[in-house]
Amino acid sequence: MDTHSYRTPLGRARGLGSAHTGVGRFIGERATSVALVPLSLWAIYAALKIAPIGYDGAVAFLQSPLNAVLAVLLIAVSVSHMDMGMRVIIEDYIHKPLSKVILLLLSTGVSWTFGALGIVSVLKVALMSAGAH
Amino acid sequence: MSQVKGAAKSPVSGGGRAKPLSPHLQVWRWHVTMAASIATRASGVALYVGVLIVASLAAALAAGPDAYSVYIGLLGSPLGLIVLFGLTVSIFYHLAAGLRHLVFDSGKGFLPATANATAWASFAFAAVASVLVWAGYFLLLGH
Repeated sequence: MDTHSYRTPLGRARGLGSAHTGVGRFIGERATSVALVPLSLWAIYAALKIAPIGYDGAVAFLQSPLNAVLAVLLIAVSVSHMDMGMRVIIEDYIHKPLSKVILLLLSTGVSWTFGALGIVSVLKVALMSAGAH
Repeated sequence: MSQVKGAAKSPVSGGGRAKPLSPHLQVWRWHVTMAASIATRASGVALYVGVLIVASLAAALAAGPDAYSVYIGLLGSPLGLIVLFGLTVSIFYHLAAGLRHLVFDSGKGFLPATANATAWASFAFAAVASVLVWAGYFLLLGH
């Protein structure tokens, strides 16, 4: 530190404390965790249910409004959770600013692109009329 | 400043005695709690890929019967089944680890004996639940 600085101790300390943001992120991580407890168990149930029944069975499964709603929630909450989780991992291990920014953009982009793809696909199947396929 | 840097690069310089280093993977005795922490991240990364697989499955279903049967064929191949079993283990492990961390967040469960026990319990739950689900699917339901 420059010992000849004319800055006061208060001036040096200002801005180095809490950023006053981050509580929202903390809560978001926990809230999606809690939501994913029942949703991930439902995902296992849905996978076991869909696996043996073929295309028509899978379409019929998603045309149940409850299943369609849960599938959309599963994808949306998972994407939000995995976006935040991968962000923490990247921020922990990647310290070069450019690499970090590129990976963060890539991770969030991949997360939400596949999230949108999944949700639109579920809605398309859920809302298509019988015999349209 | 340059002296400090040089010393940090060669920890045995000076009196020939290793200076203490920050604990890292190579110099840290393995604990079950450490394995549990690493496995939580690793299973999270696996499930990141798992969500991409599920979203693609939905897209294949929306694309029609042909695309869907191709995709289901991939998932049903030996490699696909290995991936799906790995995702099953990851879901159950990440679920148990997530609940464990929610308890940690409340300030409880940090006694070494408790943290060790819940770490082992998370691994055991993941193994048992995964085997039960797959055995149940193939044996009990007769698929």
